[in-house]
Amino acid sequence: MDFDRIQEKLNILADAAKYDVSCASSGSNRTNTNKGLGDASKMGICHSYTEDGRCVSLLKILLTNHCIFDCAYCVTRKSNDVKRAAFKIQEVVDLTINFYRRNYIEGLFLSSGIFKNADYTMERLIAVAKKLREEENFNGYIHLKSIPDASDELMYEAGLYADRLSVNIEVPTISGLKLLAPDKKHEDFTKPMLKVKNELLRFKNERKIIKSTPKYAPAGQSTQMIVGATGETDKDIMYSATYYYKKYHMKRVYYSGYVPVAEDSRLPSIGSQVPMLRENRLYQTDWLLRFYGFAVNEILNNDHPNLDIDVDPKLSWALRNMHHFPVDVNTADRRMLARIPGLGMRSVEKIVSARRFRKLNWDHLKKIGVALNRAKYFMVSDSRNWERRDLDAEKIKGMILQTSSGKFRNQYSNQLALFN
Amino acid sequence: MENTKTLIYDGSFNGFLTAVFIAFEEKINVSDIQRNSHGQNVLFSETETIFTDVHKAKRVWNGIRSKSHNAITNVYFAFLSEAEGIELILYTYIQKLMASKNGKQLDYSDGIVLRISQLARSVGREKHRMEAFVRFQLTKDEIYFANIEPDFDVLPLISKHFRNRYADQQWLIYDVKRKYGIHYDLEHVELVSLNLKEVHFNKVHKSDAFLSEEYDYQTLWNDYFKSTNIKSRINRKLHTQHVPKRYWKYLSEKKETA
Ligand code: SF4
Repeated sequence: MDFDRIQEKLNILADAAKYDVSCASSGSNRTNTNKGLGDASKMGICHSYTEDGRCVSLLKILLTNHCIFDCAYCVTRKSNDVKRAAFKIQEVVDLTINFYRRNYIEGLFLSSGIFKNADYTMERLIAVAKKLREEENFNGYIHLKSIPDASDELMYEAGLYADRLSVNIEVPTISGLKLLAPDKKHEDFTKPMLKVKNELLRFKNERKIIKSTPKYAPAGQSTQMIVGATGETDKDIMYSATYYYKKYHMKRVYYSGYVPVAEDSRLPSIGSQVPMLRENRLYQTDWLLRFYGFAVNEILNNDHPNLDIDVDPKLSWALRNMHHFPVDVNTADRRMLARIPGLGMRSVEKIVSARRFRKLNWDHLKKIGVALNRAKYFMVSDSRNWERRDLDAEKIKGMILQTSSGKFRNQYSNQLALFN
Repeated sequence: MENTKTLIYDGSFNGFLTAVFIAFEEKINVSDIQRNSHGQNVLFSETETIFTDVHKAKRVWNGIRSKSHNAITNVYFAFLSEAEGIELILYTYIQKLMASKNGKQLDYSDGIVLRISQLARSVGREKHRMEAFVRFQLTKDEIYFANIEPDFDVLPLISKHFRNRYADQQWLIYDVKRKYGIHYDLEHVELVSLNLKEVHFNKVHKSDAFLSEEYDYQTLWNDYFKSTNIKSRINRKLHTQHVPKRYWKYLSEKKETA
């Protein structure tokens, strides 16, 4: 190994890849075959955490940061004055295998700047994955970036070796895309997405008849949107996320607070704060849509185009819809329990199983570990001393904000890290 | 009360299950169950020494399992917590479980049930942490070697995970605190005890047990870890919540801070 060269390349190409926030390594079903190396069949593992608290589970690098395009929001853009480097295919294979064998990582997340053209780049990404699978008998996790506008044939081949494929839509609105990435068309992004979705469906159907149908991207596809670069509303973002979930069967949509990387009049200037709280609120909303049975227009609509910053979206919804509360914990169905602010799905399950034995009062709830500090305003139990002052939404909000600053936020980001 | 006894067992899980079997069979009023290494403290009751019997242990195991799969995991995990007095708590738990019609619907507002499930959860968390935080170093004789120092006795729980994952390399994970390890020789996993000259945590000093290439990869990983940080997003509190400081000394990416 030419250590110095590899070290330099790794520094450049890991640095350029870090703005992609996805680090998921779960959802695949690839098991270790023939006493090979690795297993991606279980929940992904975070082997470490960055100092900003994000999970490190994959070796996330670019194959190269040479690029023929000039997207304004991207560090790798052609006009940016940065050091450039490119890995050889074998170098990426060796790094991945050696990191994996030492239990540093769950696998590889390989992306790339675009050199020559889309297909030429995509072919190289595929070559790395193919080598890992066929020559190294590697069964760990592989996430390949789908290069916008790559051909259908290549997208088919990519899915044979990768566990997950993703194209980052980056700019949530078409007008924003025109402004910031004038060389790219919306269809360049959606073309590979559509192919991947169709292949996933095909696989599912054929699999029913022929058990040995080769796997196709078993962990599905995902995408990412940058938040706060183009003045879009939270409604714009979440409606387009909902669209991608439905239309392209996304496993996940990621939201990434824009980190200024250029002085450009079209963008927030360098040094402006990363909108992390806003990003967090978007994840909370995403979570409510996917697991708590909320519809997107309940949370965001023309009257409420943006999420509250001071309270989380579930509390915000409850405060606007006080006529649904209080909910009786002893009789309400799961769906309504899940809508009580401060109750997570785990608490909902605990309540449902504990109330089989007895009518629950506050003490029971505390004992089984249900946090009441905010929930108590929205529910009644088998206790006499429930909150009976006739409080309106504003008062409740005030009291909650006073007693629990920021604690809830931590809970949420923990939960997110768990499921990432 | 009649037939009140303290049972002494050898510290193994099978030993403990045997004790449970004998207590049930002989209708002993158990005042405590203790490890023989414990320096017994049994002033007021008679003691009985239990000889581990795998068949008896197995019958208790199957009995618990037939009540609930979840319960058998809870019992095993909680046992490995090595918590003070865990045996008696477990014994009470098993009694409750056997008396229940359907072990699946355990009542979590019961103190014992809650305590067991909390302990089991802590042990489960430690198991996951170890699966994540083990850092192998390649020795000159081609064994991927790692030291760990977990809060609970989780080696038996992580063995399968590593065997599935690293089926084509020899590895050895050694618990420094409990002084035993598990070694996979490409065929089986076996328990080993070692006479370690030095504990290989990630100190900057290099040991001649490892190839120089090993240190190259550690450096690369260290670099990689550093370059994943986005400065404008730093959140140290969240970071140490995820990677508690007590694990740092074995993590090669934490080399400078150890
Ligand atoms: S094509 Fe991709 S790598 Fe190139 S500038 Fe645009 S976003 Fe960056």
